Amino acid sequence: MAKLAAVVGIGQTHYKTRRVDVSIAGLVREAAVNALEDAGLGWDDIEAVIIGKAPDMFEGVVMPESYLTDALGCNGKPMLRVHTAGSVGGSTALVAASHVQSGMFKRVLTVTFEKQSESNAMWALSTPQPFSVHLNAGAGGYFAPIIREYMRRSGAPYDVGIRVAVKDRLNGARNPLAHLQLPNITAQEVEDSMMLWDPIRFLEACPSSDGACAMVIAAEELVSQSPRPPAWIRGVAMRSEPTMYAGREEVNPQAGRDCAADVYRQAGITDPRKQLDCAEVYVPFSWYEPMWLENLGFAAEGEGWRMTMSGATSLDEGGDIPWNCSGGVLSSNPIGASGMIRFAEAARQVRGDAGAHQVEGAKLALGHAYGGGAQFFAMWVVGAEKP
Amino acid sequence: MKEIAVVAFSQSDCLAQAGAANEVELIMPQLQAVFGQVGLNNAQDVDFVCSGSCDYLQGAAFAFVAGVDALGAVPPIKESHVEMDAAWALYEAILKIRMGHAESALIYGFGKSSSGELPIVLSQQLDPYYLAPLWLDSVSLAAMQARLLLDRGLATERTMAEVVVRARRNAIGNPHAQVSGEFSLAELLAADTVVSPLRQSDCAPVADGAAAMIICSVEKAREWGVPYALLSGIDHRIETHNLGMRDLTDSVSTRQAATAAGAGRGPVEVAELYAPFSHQEIILTRALGLGNDTLVNPSGGVMAGNLMMASGLSRIGEVFRRIVSGDIARGLAHATAGPCLQHNLVAVLESA
Repeated sequence: MAKLAAVVGIGQTHYKTRRVDVSIAGLVREAAVNALEDAGLGWDDIEAVIIGKAPDMFEGVVMPESYLTDALGCNGKPMLRVHTAGSVGGSTALVAASHVQSGMFKRVLTVTFEKQSESNAMWALSTPQPFSVHLNAGAGGYFAPIIREYMRRSGAPYDVGIRVAVKDRLNGARNPLAHLQLPNITAQEVEDSMMLWDPIRFLEACPSSDGACAMVIAAEELVSQSPRPPAWIRGVAMRSEPTMYAGREEVNPQAGRDCAADVYRQAGITDPRKQLDCAEVYVPFSWYEPMWLENLGFAAEGEGWRMTMSGATSLDEGGDIPWNCSGGVLSSNPIGASGMIRFAEAARQVRGDAGAHQVEGAKLALGHAYGGGAQFFAMWVVGAEKP
Repeated sequence: MKEIAVVAFSQSDCLAQAGAANEVELIMPQLQAVFGQVGLNNAQDVDFVCSGSCDYLQGAAFAFVAGVDALGAVPPIKESHVEMDAAWALYEAILKIRMGHAESALIYGFGKSSSGELPIVLSQQLDPYYLAPLWLDSVSLAAMQARLLLDRGLATERTMAEVVVRARRNAIGNPHAQVSGEFSLAELLAADTVVSPLRQSDCAPVADGAAAMIICSVEKAREWGVPYALLSGIDHRIETHNLGMRDLTDSVSTRQAATAAGAGRGPVEVAELYAPFSHQEIILTRALGLGNDTLVNPSGGVMAGNLMMASGLSRIGEVFRRIVSGDIARGLAHATAGPCLQHNLVAVLESA
C-alpha cells in the first residue's frame, strides 16, 4: 500500500520566450527556491531531488542533472533524472511522489524545466534518426493528420479548435505567470492566423517558452510542518504503448484510456465530469481538448467537441468542469516542465491557491501529461481532503 | 519495507561496433534471455518496466522511444525511463514495488556509443556556459584525476597497469568481454600514453550493447519458483559539478551511498565496480575500504567492455549471478555517472 503523500510547496518561474537574465541553473533554482519558500522549508529539509526535462538536444546539454546539482542543493543527496518525452513533467512528479509513497523518503524536491531559447526544438525533434524514416515535421506535423481524422469521425465543425484557443488564452490572461498574455484575443484573430499544419493555425498551437516548475512532496507526518494547505495525492498512473502497431487507435489511444481508468480507480472516481472540480490537461494543439475529453472519459466518444462548444470547460462561462484554468500548454510551453505545470496547477486549485484562475471551492483535480506520438501518459488526481 | 529480489539478468556481448543493429535489435535478445530465465513471455508478464539510455549516444531526440517497440507493449504497459545508466532505472523500479504499485519489474539499459565519439559527446555533459565550450573530453578529465592520484602517491602507473592486467585476466572467464587475456605489466607500460598519464589500456573499451534484469518482491520470486538474490540495500549520491571543489582522489559520494546501503553490515566477498579508467578502481576500492578479502571485478568489470547506460546495471547483474550460482553469499555493486565519478550508486546483494 502506498504511503500517503502531499504536495506542500509549489514554485514556478514566469514563462517567457527568452529568459536571458538567468542561466539554465538560475532558471531551475528560481522555481526550486519558490517551491521551498511556499513550503516554508530550506535546502536541508530536502532528502532527494528528482529532475526532469524533455530531450537533452533541446538545450544541447547531455544529462544536465550533472551540472544542475549545485543549483538545486543536491550535493551529497540522491538525484534522479527522468525523461519520458513530452509526458516527462508528469512522469517526473510521479517518480518524485514514489520516493515518498514507497516510504524510502520523507520529503523530496522535484524540478522540471526547458529553456527553449537556448535551443531549437523543431530542429531537435526533426534530426534524422540513423535507423528509421524521419519526418521533418516537428510535433504539429505529426499530430495534424490525427486531428483531421478526429474531425472526420466526429463531424465536428471547423471552429472547435478556435474556441479552445481563445478560451485557454483568456484563462492565461488571468495567470500572471503565463507566457502568452492575450486578454483581448478573438475567434476571428485565431481564424485569421497563419495555417501551420492544416487544421492547426498559428494561434491554435502552443508557444515555445523558457521556464521551470518545482514541487515539494512530503510524507503524511511532515505535511503539517509546511504552513499552507497540502494537496493530497489521491491517485497516480502512467501508461505507455508503441508509436506504431497494427490496429493502433491514434485518435483515442488505449494507453490514455487505461491510464485514466487506473488513476480514477485509485481516487474513487466513477464519473470524472461530475466528481472532479477541474482538470489541467496537456493540450498543446487546440483540438486536443475535445479529443482528450473523450479519451479521459469526460465525454462519450465523438461528443467531446460538443462539450467544448457548450462552454462546459470554460472558466469564464461558468462551465461545470473547467479545463486548463491556468491557460494550459497553449499559453505556456517550457516542454520538459509543461506536464509538471499541469500537475502543479491541479494542486494549486485544490489548495485554493490559484489566484485569479481559481475554481471556487475546488476539492478534487486531475493533472495530465502526454508525450511521444500520444503514446506516453502520466496522470495524478490531487485532493484538498486527506484520503 | 518490502524486500526486493533479483531473479534474472542478461547482458549482451560487448561489441566495439554493433553495425546496423538498431535499438530493438540490441535490446530484444537480452529481454528474451531474462524472460526465459523466469519463464515469462514478454513485458505483459511484469507489472512495471523502466529503462536507461542517453539520446546523445545515438544522436537523436527520444532515442529511447524506439526501445518500447521491443517490449510487446500492446495492450499498454506501465513504463518509465531515466536518462541515466539503467542502475538508476532499477532504483526507480524499486520505488514502484515498495509503494505497492508493482510486484515485479523489468529493467533494461542500452547504448550504441559507436555512432559518435564518446569522449567528445560526454564533453557536452559539462557546465554549458563555462566548461562545455572548451570541449573538455571525458578522457582528458580522467587523466587529470589520475595525475592528481599519482602526485599524491596514491597510485603509480604500475598499480594502474596492475588493475588492467587483473581485469583482463578475469575477463577471460567472461563470455561477453570485448577485451580479455593475459598481458604483462611490462607490455602495458611499454605503450605510449594517449592523454598522460593514461594509456589506452587504462581506458575501458567502449562497447555497443544492452543489459536487462528482472526484479520482484520476495513473495513473487517464491511464486515463480526461481532462484533469487536479495537486494538488501541500494543508495546513490551526487557531488558538486565543480571539479575544483571536489577531492578528485577520493569518492565521497560512493562512501555515502555504501554507508546508506548498509555495505558495512557484513562481509563484501565480491565488489563489481564501475570504473571506466584503471585509476578509478583504485579510488573506489579505497573509498569503500575494500581489503584483500574482497574480490574486485571478477568479471573483468568494464575493462572487459563498457556498455554505456547499461554497465552499472551489469555490475549488479554480475553480483547477482555469483550469488545465485552459490559462489558467494554477499556482494556489492557500484554504478557511476558524470565526469570523474561525480554520481555514484551502491547496491548490496545477499543470498536468500
